[in-house]
Amino acid sequence: MSVEVRVPTVLRPATGGVAVVPGEGATVGEVFNDLIDRHPGLKGQLLTESGELHRHLNVFRNDDDIRYLGKLDAEVSEGDTLTLMPAVAGGAS
Amino acid sequence: MLVIRKKDLDLMTCHALDGYPLEVCGLLIGTLRDTDVETDVTSVEPTENVAASSRVYEIAPKVLLEVERRAEAGGTQIVGVYHSHTHTDAKPSPTDIAQAPDPTWHYVLVSLRDEHPCVRSWKIDSGNIEEEEVVVKW
Repeated sequence: MSVEVRVPTVLRPATGGVAVVPGEGATVGEVFNDLIDRHPGLKGQLLTESGELHRHLNVFRNDDDIRYLGKLDAEVSEGDTLTLMPAVAGGAS
Repeated sequence: MLVIRKKDLDLMTCHALDGYPLEVCGLLIGTLRDTDVETDVTSVEPTENVAASSRVYEIAPKVLLEVERRAEAGGTQIVGVYHSHTHTDAKPSPTDIAQAPDPTWHYVLVSLRDEHPCVRSWKIDSGNIEEEEVVVKW
């Protein structure tokens, strides 16, 4: 499956400044591995050392948060858009 | 340097006061310049603090996506985030620094510690913070 991946500004140094890149795979995890092959700088940004989805990264398949779709096992279809977004949180403590 | 309209500055401050004693948060919409020297905030989007806490804040990922899409449709983008500190100064906490999502963003803090609210803006990059000038326009 060919999908479109939207990359936030914080990750664009790893994609040569490109905001939208192509990806291939049948699941989000496969697309991520394909992205990492094409853009090795994304490795530590997308996945933890144990291969889990990085907790500070939100991933949407079209309009849906993949945390509720099986995370990295979430299936993707031809033409889907994956949107990567950093978690926005903080506070005084 | 952050350029922001007075009505948006007031919106953030009123949001912080209305939300007290909980921290409030929201997103700054505008245009990031390549030089990163000056950013015009064209609007401010108050959001729910889903952490509902006086010590931490979190913006729901779905809201972040919706705001980004609206911003992009208008030819702008998310250029930063604001949140309140109810009992500490308007300076990024270690939590703010550790969790800062994007070095190109502007991080606005509204402190309610003293009698009058205090608003300051910061850049946060790789654990380093630097205060920036806030220019208010009508």
